[in-house]
Amino acid sequence: MKKLAIVIVLMFGGLLFYSALEFPPWGDPQAPASTHVSPRYIEQAVSETSVPNLVTAVLADYRGYDTMFETIVIFSAGVACLLLLRVYRREEMETRLYRHLPTGITLRVKGERKIPKDSQDFEQIDLTWVPYDLAVKTTCRMIVPFSMIFALYVIAHGHHSPGGGFQGGVILGASVILYAISHNLRLSLLRISERLAVLLCGLGVFIYAGTGLLCTLYGANYLDYSALSQLLGVDPVTARSHGILMVEIGVGISVMAVMVHLYYNLASAGRHDEGL
Amino acid sequence: MIWQIELIVLIIVVICGLAAISIKDLLGAAVLFGAYSFMMCLLWAIMGAVDVAFTEATVGAGVSTVLFVAAVFRTTRRTRD
Repeated sequence: MKKLAIVIVLMFGGLLFYSALEFPPWGDPQAPASTHVSPRYIEQAVSETSVPNLVTAVLADYRGYDTMFETIVIFSAGVACLLLLRVYRREEMETRLYRHLPTGITLRVKGERKIPKDSQDFEQIDLTWVPYDLAVKTTCRMIVPFSMIFALYVIAHGHHSPGGGFQGGVILGASVILYAISHNLRLSLLRISERLAVLLCGLGVFIYAGTGLLCTLYGANYLDYSALSQLLGVDPVTARSHGILMVEIGVGISVMAVMVHLYYNLASAGRHDEGL
Repeated sequence: MIWQIELIVLIIVVICGLAAISIKDLLGAAVLFGAYSFMMCLLWAIMGAVDVAFTEATVGAGVSTVLFVAAVFRTTRRTRD
């Protein structure tokens, strides 16, 4: 069986390589893509959308539908992960660990017993508890705000440099994940709760689709941002640039929330109590 | 671009890809997959697709490695096949 599988894989791999040889060489000026499609964008994109980064212009304006449905794919991935992994029946764990903050003593609480309810002196810690590491926590606490600012820069500056909603959203999500890893999942859930993460997933897609709908309300085609010129009070070319920024923000919010949500569910096996 | 560097990066990509599917240790596979993604990111950058390289670096080498490690943390570390 294994040999048969290897033969089939090699056969189809060879077929792929064989058909790839028929492609025009990399950077060939005579290739169909270089003769018909690319010159149109290279010559017209800046004058039509005032966006110097062609990739962003094509991604969010000319091919706006593709990017919208990509965002919806990511949204669906987040929802699918929620449906597959999330465990709603909350069983109290048999043993729980608490740290008494003034003294630093760790308490093991079993079964029905509880710590004083409104006491601020106790902090619940993970069962797979690793000793408090000052260097790791302090370093991550210093890195997180800077990486968040960088993520916002990547989203906002996607017009002029590589970047955009997807990359910025992932960096934003990664900084939240870094916080969750270096501290613990419970603290991270206090900052960005599950409810907020799921709402943000939907909000991002809503911003993207809503921008498109706004264009139809002004009498243009769906996702034709030049129609927003009346609303924003600028000329149609600048309006397309601003429209791209609006949808990029939507993509960024959605991607960030999905990444955080995926991490919460994977690290805690859907229980949202303790994890990595 | 210097073709020798491209060749070295390409060889490392192939080695990382083969090692990631053949290694028994799942955590090792996750780390190798991260290395694979990073080398792919270098290749995209060499070919001039900077936006794709950026995406590969953030998604492939960054977040997906973390998600793999989180998944390994919740299962066993060794594969049986």
